[in-house]
Amino acid sequence: MMRVAVVRFPGSNCEPEACRAVERAGGEAFYVGHRDASLRDADAVVLPGGFSYGDYLRSGAIARFSPVMEAIRAHAAAGSPVLGICNGFQILCEAGLLPGALVRNAELSYLSRPVTLRVERRDTPFSSAYREGELITIPIGHGDGRYVAPEAVLDQLEANRQIVLRYVAGGGADVPGNPNASLRDIAAVCSPSGNVVGMMPHPERLADPALGSDAGHRVFVSLLSSTRPVTSNR
Amino acid sequence: MTPTALAAEARPFAGERSVTPEVAREHNLNESEYAEILALLGRTPTLTELGIFSALWSEHCCYKHTKPVLRSFPSSGPNVIQGPGENAGVLRLPDGWAVAFKIESHNHPSAVEPYQGAATGVGGILRDVFTMGARPVALLNALRLGPLDDPRNRYLFAGIVKGVGDYGNCVGVPTLGGEVGFAAGYSGNPLVNAMCVGLLREKDLMRARAHGVGNVLLAMGARTGRDGIHGASFASEELSAKSAARRPQVQVGDPFTEKLLLEATLELIESGLTVAIQDMGAAGLTSSSAEMAARGGVGVELDTSLVPTREPDMTPYEIMLSESQERMLIVAEPERVAAIQAVCATWELKATPIGRVTDDGLFRVMHEGLLVAAIPGDRLVDGCPVSHPETREDPAAAARRKASPANPPKADVLGALPLLLDDPTIASKRWVYEQYDSTVQAETVLPPGGDAGVLRVPGTRFGLALSVDCNPRYVALDPYEGGKAAVAEAARNVACTGAEPLGITDCLNFGNPDKPEIFFQFREACRGIAEACRMFGTPVTGGNVSLYNENPSGAIDPTPTVGMVGLLREVTQRVPSHFRATGDHILLLGATAGHLGASSYWEVVRGFVGGSPPPVDLAAELRLQRLLVAAAARGWLRSAHDCSDGGCAVAVAEACLGGPYASATFGAHLELVNSNGCSPPALLYGEDAGRVVVSCAAGHSAQLLTLAAEYGVPAAAVGEVGVPDGLLEIGLPGSGAIFAWPTRELRRTYFDAIPRRMKTGT
Repeated sequence: MMRVAVVRFPGSNCEPEACRAVERAGGEAFYVGHRDASLRDADAVVLPGGFSYGDYLRSGAIARFSPVMEAIRAHAAAGSPVLGICNGFQILCEAGLLPGALVRNAELSYLSRPVTLRVERRDTPFSSAYREGELITIPIGHGDGRYVAPEAVLDQLEANRQIVLRYVAGGGADVPGNPNASLRDIAAVCSPSGNVVGMMPHPERLADPALGSDAGHRVFVSLLSSTRPVTSNR
Repeated sequence: MTPTALAAEARPFAGERSVTPEVAREHNLNESEYAEILALLGRTPTLTELGIFSALWSEHCCYKHTKPVLRSFPSSGPNVIQGPGENAGVLRLPDGWAVAFKIESHNHPSAVEPYQGAATGVGGILRDVFTMGARPVALLNALRLGPLDDPRNRYLFAGIVKGVGDYGNCVGVPTLGGEVGFAAGYSGNPLVNAMCVGLLREKDLMRARAHGVGNVLLAMGARTGRDGIHGASFASEELSAKSAARRPQVQVGDPFTEKLLLEATLELIESGLTVAIQDMGAAGLTSSSAEMAARGGVGVELDTSLVPTREPDMTPYEIMLSESQERMLIVAEPERVAAIQAVCATWELKATPIGRVTDDGLFRVMHEGLLVAAIPGDRLVDGCPVSHPETREDPAAAARRKASPANPPKADVLGALPLLLDDPTIASKRWVYEQYDSTVQAETVLPPGGDAGVLRVPGTRFGLALSVDCNPRYVALDPYEGGKAAVAEAARNVACTGAEPLGITDCLNFGNPDKPEIFFQFREACRGIAEACRMFGTPVTGGNVSLYNENPSGAIDPTPTVGMVGLLREVTQRVPSHFRATGDHILLLGATAGHLGASSYWEVVRGFVGGSPPPVDLAAELRLQRLLVAAAARGWLRSAHDCSDGGCAVAVAEACLGGPYASATFGAHLELVNSNGCSPPALLYGEDAGRVVVSCAAGHSAQLLTLAAEYGVPAAAVGEVGVPDGLLEIGLPGSGAIFAWPTRELRRTYFDAIPRRMKTGT
């Protein structure tokens, strides 16, 4: 069974549902703490949403200095799957594991609502169970979700096909498709090799049909069906 | 020695002011209360003691004006595990689960510092719930503000909403519902009522009762600073021009520490390491220690020089009365202290021993070896002199109730609907709840924007439906009917989702109780609430009283906010508020008499706040609730939405317009029944109580009518759901008139009303 480490920073608050979503897809989930030096042989790692260390400075800015980040860097460098959701995405950007940055939403306030996304790329460990071009609707909940990067970096992301999810119209008749004015409507990006993915929307919050939709479930199905990468000996 | 003799030993702390009747008055203690203190101690109190008395004998802590009235609430029942008197009430749920819930006000702080005032209101109510051993799973809030054309009110509104949102979002508790209303009476005195709902296994319930002589008291969480000193007393006086000077007394919230405190507290309770635990809320260390001791029938001794402080040289007076946030007081056996500190350390928190449980019933405070306070503990908590204020109805209110509008309508029958949908009290609150995380924890079944929010209890098939309600206009015009209406609306909202109403918590916001007309409102509203709760079998498990909500221009509209919890046995059978499919049949449940008194129509379209509110037939309300639950359980309801402000036309329009993120509206075609010969405005906009607009698949319509008859609920099939983005057409029998509105335009009006005013003021 695939073993998935869910990292718990002080102030993380979406880790129980991240574990449940992994388990619902058939994996084994366990917590790893911010001080831990090891990911305990995890096959994949999820950095959940929340407000790590309160996010009083800048979202994710403190978390990137956590001892556990060394192990996450090594895991990512080995080509193993890493998923950052919301605050987890912000941390991965702060840590330089993903390009770009997430800044204050254009309207300046926190936004909690469903968004409609287009799956731009399915050959990542977190999107393979979707069809390319498929539209899914899952929630966001963030104040700092506006994806920005220099034009050259954005062009490179497009060229390398590193954009995994884009906001599109559909999440309501009278609300903008792109909720936070993210550049090029970017909702999720991946590393050049595709194994590290960061997304602002919360697939783990809509992974159970009893809640009305399980549109996010296949993010975890994708992970569980991804083959375990060969871990290089270092 | 007797406690009184022991008490004689307390000495003023070095440099402390000596206490005189004037100093007592500054502490909001009246002459008879001060005399009572002198008699109780047999000497002049020290300043520290006076501060302690002023906090615990404030209205906020001891309910001195309201206790006898509050006792009239039904507070027991087969499902009540914990009634009033603890940090939160607790009701039994299926499968060993229980729900802890409470509502509390943070009005005065929010009036002077909206962001922090509102944020710390959320923090306090979260602690009240997790201190019972319950994990917070939902927040709700009821906000009341002055009209948005005043920039000050827009500033307060924006700050309050941001404060509420930032705190709950950071802690990771979804906000599932609420109520926002606007009226002139709240200018300068906004109301912020926050409700928290938590889940626990019944066996894990923790009560805040100190016991075990020799047990240790530990302060956990944030350090104690000089913020919030005398918050409880501040909450017990009228707002005035000098209130702005109270701004430094407003506490500052740190939701990150709160989240750590939450996790540490739940882990401590689950591990059985603590004897008792309580939030240091209003009146901080003073109330938490005194209340835990009184509940356990023991004494306590605190050493304030051991309390970790934010700044040096804090006096015992300041430490005892600080309302610094994110602090808990733990009672534990001495041999468990190290284990408790170890758990705290994993959450980056400190727990510091600051005192012990004693056997002499005294509330004692030491500082640097000096005894600075020694008060018989039971008298401190229960000895506050109870006052029995006079009551007399304000003749002006009685006259207004009998009056009717003289102004010509601002719009005809057709134009009245968009005018009502544009009224900020009625309009969509999407601008507000979009700022609150409503999906964290991944158990949200029905998000905000409908009649009630619904969440699933993790790992089960059942859920909770939650709603907060009050119509202050009704309460102002007829407090008794208004009190009944608040409970009835909350119960109806919960029942609309298919859930059975279980119990309530209430937040009673009123003016100065020493004014007979204010206390009349209070007593009568409570009588109405009590009567409704008795009829519905929904006990009052606790709540909060907020008095002195006055500013120089007068008292607020009386606002007894009712927070209702209901049980939805199968979350998959929840019923949303909005129409879902073209061709579904629309039924109107409940009787229509065309009651326009105290209506939104009179206020918004006729510019007149008056008349008598619609009388509430509690037995009929109960039948309606039961019908809704039964029909939902059979899977017959596609939608259900109650008629409240703006009556039947507004309810049908809202059902047509769809939820906040609907991709299209629905049209509808209705032919209303008019058995009473009502005028068109009365039929469309009358606010008769106990009515719900439901839709069902065409094939279920006849069965639903039969079921309604079985339950004794008047019901009529009045129309059909139309095409997406179609017209809402309502025909009135007899007159041949058909009123038609394009639903896309109505939707724009309804969803834009608040954002537009926040941008432009009008």
